[in-house]
Amino acid sequence: MSDEKQLPAVRADEEHSQVQVAEPVPDPGIEPHEYRITDIDPKAADRVERQVSTMFVLAGLLALGSCVAYFAIPRDSTLVFGPLTGNANNMVIGLCLGLALFLIGAGAIQWAKKLMVDEEISEDRHPAHSSPEQIADITEAFKQGAAESGFGRRKLIRRGLITGLALLGLPTIVLLRDLGPLPGRSLFHTIWAKGIRVVNDVTARPIKPSDMVVGQLVNAIPANLPELQEQNATAYQNARAKAAVIVVRIRPSEIQTPPGRENWGIDGILCYSKICTHVGCPISLYEQTTHHMLCPCHQSTFDLADGAKVVFGPAARPLPQLPLAVDSEGFLVAQSDFHEPVGPSFFERG
Amino acid sequence: MSEKRLSLSPARFLSARRRHRSAGLVVLLFGLLAVGSAYAAFAPDNAVADNSAQSQQIEEGRKLFAVGCSSCHGLNAEGSTNGEGKFTGPSLIGVGAAAVDFQVGTGRMPATQPGAQIPQKPVVYTQQEIEALAAYIASLAPGPAVPGQESYDVSKATDEQITRGGELFRTNCTACHNFAGRGGALPNGKYAPSLMGVSEKHIYEAMLTGPQQMPVFSDQVMTPQDKRDIIAYVKSLQEQKDPGGFGLGRLGPVSEGLWGWLVGIGLLVCVAVWIGAKGVKAKGAKAE
Repeated sequence: MSDEKQLPAVRADEEHSQVQVAEPVPDPGIEPHEYRITDIDPKAADRVERQVSTMFVLAGLLALGSCVAYFAIPRDSTLVFGPLTGNANNMVIGLCLGLALFLIGAGAIQWAKKLMVDEEISEDRHPAHSSPEQIADITEAFKQGAAESGFGRRKLIRRGLITGLALLGLPTIVLLRDLGPLPGRSLFHTIWAKGIRVVNDVTARPIKPSDMVVGQLVNAIPANLPELQEQNATAYQNARAKAAVIVVRIRPSEIQTPPGRENWGIDGILCYSKICTHVGCPISLYEQTTHHMLCPCHQSTFDLADGAKVVFGPAARPLPQLPLAVDSEGFLVAQSDFHEPVGPSFFERG
Repeated sequence: MSEKRLSLSPARFLSARRRHRSAGLVVLLFGLLAVGSAYAAFAPDNAVADNSAQSQQIEEGRKLFAVGCSSCHGLNAEGSTNGEGKFTGPSLIGVGAAAVDFQVGTGRMPATQPGAQIPQKPVVYTQQEIEALAAYIASLAPGPAVPGQESYDVSKATDEQITRGGELFRTNCTACHNFAGRGGALPNGKYAPSLMGVSEKHIYEAMLTGPQQMPVFSDQVMTPQDKRDIIAYVKSLQEQKDPGGFGLGRLGPVSEGLWGWLVGIGLLVCVAVWIGAKGVKAKGAKAE
């Protein structure tokens, strides 16, 4: 309110009438015109004319050249020029066409700069506000139209129109439903369950504890994931994004097991979620001598020998651990699903 | 005694008397001699020769080890620590011949100094010396052997195998080695080396033994066929041309963005300056 008081109380029509406002900086006007060499020397002008026309003709020849190259240069020939290697056909066509376009542009600019008229002119700005007469005219026309259409008098039409327009807003709100449905509890669990085998990603081969040596890294998935791929591609991608794991074997003497996880590993074989707890990048950058797992996105680092606790970076929580067991045939299986949600934090997780 | 003997029947007495006291020993010696000479005559004698050649190789390796490696890895390859309890060289017991062939064959060992990462250098030892060192280390404890030619030969790899190798590569290797095998940075001065120019054998051995920070991909989990497919894919990356001209290190948006930003926009700025510049004026002149 105080700002408004400080402002000079000038009404719109008054402002419009006050065209003469003192300029804070005096108008320097247009600087005196200077002639170009091409304006005073006809020979120079002719030279530029020849230059410009040469550029245009050259552009045409290059365009023709690209057509010739298209047919003449074999598709599979290679051009090697120092560190530059490439498909000769592509490269010659591209260079010819590129140069042709450039010469057309350069010629046009040279023409405009050197030969076209270059007299400076100025044009004052119009005031943005309409004149009082125009405003009065338009207001009068609007009022007349309103009266002639009978919008104020025919109440039935007016109410119908208002109802129709109001209901037209509804679809925009209803369509917002497609942003859902809400994920429900799906973020809290994965397709891991008791007895599901831990298998190699890509090859889907099951893993025996004796197959893994100290320092080993296996990028693994649950054995029930590949069959999902054939059934439902969307469900497969969603399941995969949460269920991917990494299995490592660390010398048992180097492992510090968090309380309650004593029987989650098998002779130093530990299984953790592959999904970073920061923003959910899949991690598999593993240093075997330090047992550190590094996320390539924001450098969060987890110590897999110490319950995957965060030793560096923006991640707030350790990677969830998958409890492992061995089934009757000697293959690695999960004891259960993860005991906590995998991946980044979300609102309902707390 | 003699009385008792005399009481025996004459026939038995005679036969007992006929046998010389050392007859049994003679028969035993003769039997041993016969079996021994027969074995020597029929058994292949190269087994004996092989054994001695192998032990000679191990002995040669042990000597080379004592000169070139023991200052860091200990006199018996047990590893050694500096005064602060940090490893100067890890124990090599059980690393196997494949690890030696990789580390020495790529010039990483002998290292000039311990550090965050032992870089690749020109190879110091001859192939024969490398084999001797490998034989010595392999004799200490069982470990992965140097793979045979047939396990990493990818000259007959099909497109299908290369594609499968690419899938395995992107799942297991790209996190450190970059999707085009150009290598990448690790924390604290370490790095994953580029795979360009690395031989098939050394790629196989690296997967098998997990040198430096690299994890191990054992043959049981990642089978020799999986490894061959990966090698075939890496080889296809090594031989790949740059159809667009410059590869720019295949680093993706970083180097391409830098090129576009500096060179591309730089050229556009130059052209814009030329368009906006005033040409040469004839001062004080007037048009005719």
